[in-house]
Amino acid sequence: MRALLTSKWTKVVLFLVCLIPLGGLGWRALGHGLGANPVEFIQLTTGRWTLRFLVFTLSITPFRKVLNLPDLIRFRRMLGLFAFFYVCLHFLTYLGPDQSFDLGAMWKDVAKRPFITVGFLGFLLLVPLAITSTAGWIRRLGGRRWRILHRAIYFAAIAGVIHFYWKVKSDVRSPLFYGALVAILLLWRLGDWFSRRRFVVAAKLSPEGARVDTAR
Amino acid sequence: MIRKATDLTHADVTPKSVYLDRRKFLRAMGIAGATAMAGRSLFELATPAHTILAGTKFSGLAKSPFSTTEKQNSYDDVTHYNNFYEFGTDKSHPAKNSKNFNTSNWTVSVEGEVAKPRKFTMDEILKLAPLEERVYRHRCVEAWSIVVPWIGFSFSNLVKLAEPTPKAQFVAFQSYYDPRQMPQGRWAGIEFPYVEGLRMDEAMNPLTLLCVGMYGESLPNQDGAPVRMVIPWKYGFKSIKSLVKIKFQQKMPPTTWNLAAPNEYGFYSNVNPNVDHPRWSQAKERRLGEIFKHSTLMFNGYGDQVASMYSGMDLKKNF
Repeated sequence: MRALLTSKWTKVVLFLVCLIPLGGLGWRALGHGLGANPVEFIQLTTGRWTLRFLVFTLSITPFRKVLNLPDLIRFRRMLGLFAFFYVCLHFLTYLGPDQSFDLGAMWKDVAKRPFITVGFLGFLLLVPLAITSTAGWIRRLGGRRWRILHRAIYFAAIAGVIHFYWKVKSDVRSPLFYGALVAILLLWRLGDWFSRRRFVVAAKLSPEGARVDTAR
Repeated sequence: MIRKATDLTHADVTPKSVYLDRRKFLRAMGIAGATAMAGRSLFELATPAHTILAGTKFSGLAKSPFSTTEKQNSYDDVTHYNNFYEFGTDKSHPAKNSKNFNTSNWTVSVEGEVAKPRKFTMDEILKLAPLEERVYRHRCVEAWSIVVPWIGFSFSNLVKLAEPTPKAQFVAFQSYYDPRQMPQGRWAGIEFPYVEGLRMDEAMNPLTLLCVGMYGESLPNQDGAPVRMVIPWKYGFKSIKSLVKIKFQQKMPPTTWNLAAPNEYGFYSNVNPNVDHPRWSQAKERRLGEIFKHSTLMFNGYGDQVASMYSGMDLKKNF
């Protein structure tokens, strides 16, 4: 398992796998498989894949710890950047076909429609994360500040779910499904944070505990 | 020879088997043609083939002065992009899930404040008035639109036959609902059977169509077989599908989407670019087949025929 996770080929394969949704759209576009409303189809597909990649990204830390597979961290940045990639496509279908590239009209729409506002907010939150995803930026910001900044993904994921929930007319099953996944992943972090805090407090109180690795 | 609609029965003219053979032939031609072409068409073959439940062919349809000359949407678009929540909430679901929908022995009950309540069979409905082709713009509340050559006749023909009493101020419509035939309906998030309604003057407006077909054939299941309403100046959800009950009454009837979200969907639901849906703009629409949106017209462009019915009404309040 370790060998698989640390192989450079795994990353290459994962990169190609992450492009499959885009390839699927291209394949359908060539074969007229985008349906009667291609713009809507691309919009819904890229929106769904944004949410999925956010969920994948948020799953890395829990899986690392629960399954004891620390090497999974190698894939987190790529998954996060793919979430950003798909949200950019999603945004472009809105700015282009929906708003005819009219920035003024777009701003008015963003300000007026809560479901657009919250979706746009989620998109904006991901921009600094994509920019600071490089090793250079981690160094420049320092690990601690970088980690705090990148917690913005929690709010981006929540915004994405609300955006989806407010968009549907009556069948809320799909938005609730993604909402549940995001809730589980965030609640796990909350639980993890509480248990670590208790551990740190216990370590401070007992001299024996202090010898245990607190940098976990 | 041109036959009058009164000569037609529900299963007339082209027998289904012959019709299906024609489809088979066309498909065979299509495959032959496609293999002759390179690349692109191979992709087309790879995408799932659309099977369309063949309908009855209508001939000798009268043309209507209400028809638009705008470019009609393709039959494929109109049969594979549907809102028919009883068969699932995705646009592609109704085509897939309504394949085995049984519409034989269909009856429509006309009741309430009428002198002559009765049940109509489909054959009786088809002979009720000469069938016309009406090419209407159809504007969904979700801001997409299509142009469809519907077949039917003015609903007023049926109203006159029923002889409503002076108490009849509104018409209530009800769709067929069978959870066994429509198991996806339980996830729709709206109540079934689907109900709709019109004010009496709206029901009597010549534009209001009792619709039995489209594109020269009887209605496919996913488009509301075997009989539906088409009210072109209102948002699509007012045009109730698979109609089984028509009730004349004094009170304004409840309507499904209004029950589900009263702040979003009103009783009137006239197409109105100046009154937005609380969650999205109604100023523009995307005609299926086009990339960019174009402006939505007041009353979907049917103001000349219908605007007078709403004079003096605050359409922001009565949305």
